[in-house]
Amino acid sequence: MQADWQPSCSVAALQRRARLLQDIRAFFHARAVLEVETPLLGHCTGTDPQLAFFSTNYHSPPLRQTLYLQTSPEFAMKRLLAAGSGSIYQIGKAFRNGEAGRFHNPEFTLLEWYRVGFTLDDLMAEVADLFAVLFADQGLQPPQRHSYQAVFRAHTGLDALQFNSADYCAYAVANGLPEAVALCGEDHVLWLDMLFSHKVQPFLGAQGLCMVYAYPACQSSLARPSPDNPLTVERVELFMRGVELGNGYYELTDADEQARRFNKEIQQRQEQNLPAVIEDSRLLAALAAGLPDCAGIAMGLDRVLLLLSGTATALSETLSFAVDRA
Amino acid sequence: MAVYSTNEFKAGLKIMLDNDPCAIIENEFVKPGKGQAFNRVRIRNLKTGRVIERTFKSGESLEGADVVDVEMQYLYNDGEYRHFMVQDTFEQYQADAKIVGDAGLWLKDQDFCFVTLWNDAPLAVTPSNFVELEIVETDPGVRGDTSGGGGKPAKLTTGAVVRVPLFVQIGEVIKVDTRTGEYISRVKD
Repeated sequence: MQADWQPSCSVAALQRRARLLQDIRAFFHARAVLEVETPLLGHCTGTDPQLAFFSTNYHSPPLRQTLYLQTSPEFAMKRLLAAGSGSIYQIGKAFRNGEAGRFHNPEFTLLEWYRVGFTLDDLMAEVADLFAVLFADQGLQPPQRHSYQAVFRAHTGLDALQFNSADYCAYAVANGLPEAVALCGEDHVLWLDMLFSHKVQPFLGAQGLCMVYAYPACQSSLARPSPDNPLTVERVELFMRGVELGNGYYELTDADEQARRFNKEIQQRQEQNLPAVIEDSRLLAALAAGLPDCAGIAMGLDRVLLLLSGTATALSETLSFAVDRA
Repeated sequence: MAVYSTNEFKAGLKIMLDNDPCAIIENEFVKPGKGQAFNRVRIRNLKTGRVIERTFKSGESLEGADVVDVEMQYLYNDGEYRHFMVQDTFEQYQADAKIVGDAGLWLKDQDFCFVTLWNDAPLAVTPSNFVELEIVETDPGVRGDTSGGGGKPAKLTTGAVVRVPLFVQIGEVIKVDTRTGEYISRVKD
């Protein structure tokens, strides 16, 4: 008899998940942040060339339409913010095609929240408060905050903001990553992705939450430029025990800048022969109508559960049914 | 030969890397939430036995290697080469000491073993997990000793030296685990 009808995780893991969801809802309820739901199926999706999406066909004769499973609820939530929702949070599924591994499942649970009037500093303080609740019985050290440049220099000796090809190559060759030289070439962004994920991230947050802020401008995504340094942006990433847990921004509210970034990514998709997507004109219209100043962040709850369990070594041990038995 | 993409890299898959045949040991998907996906792969070079780690961009591909493990009978050692034969086809292969390596310590004439072939040429030899070999040299033990003590070295017909309990004598056949080089038991006829 086949055994793959059984869950990927234990009953204890199911209970841990239920408790986590209750804790999160209580946390935001106490802070008067509104819980919302946005569609999983949308007519557009993110343009990020690094994210592969799932699409499906919607039939309602005579209408035939391609709909996309959302890689993140970000666009829909920003439309709610522009419509005057005030601070909101959502716990829901997100979908990313081709992502499977020890810390990845193509369908996963995100907690995403936006705080109107918050700066990135305010948001980091709230993240720290939330972790204090969620990890209350784990005896963590107080959260640490490091700039990307500082943490990158501490672990590699390299300057993340100024690309020096010779320095980067010499470091890679001397530190067991000689393949990076050919793989990354002169692509600063690729170098940062590779060195950060191999040589920095594994050592972050060994004793507690580590928040890395002030990302290099070339890794800006949807973050605002830093007011005090043109080389960095107002982006934060969360790490604990070497696992990436979340990504947040002081949000870009400029519709024109957003349109430029969409176009750049759409062009990159064409150059890399990736499936074409169109820019989300409804998001652009919402930004044009006015997104309030806000900071927002998304956290992978399956990974949080992985760390909460203390013993799990793979995401599947937190999921009722991982993709291989879904 | 087929070409394999990083998402097909499974433990045991044989691929060509830097012109050498290699086997995938482990493949880890590494991807920042925003950014390039990589595969960090542990690979064994089948020629040297060395294990290395190598990172690929997800979606890159490598050529497969024509590597197979074939059960063969060990025939004899002509001084330079050891000779092996496939039972079904009587096809014979020869391998020098460099290829045979430590496996030579456990090969007794007529015993079966695995020969790894790359493009139909021997690449490595793996003995059976357990072999039975005769002791040709060891100190005489003291009567009444049990296997509890420290033991003593014993040389086997193939030249291998293993630690055996004190009561085991010259001329006796013993069973040895070739993966650890440890004595398992005496073999009674």
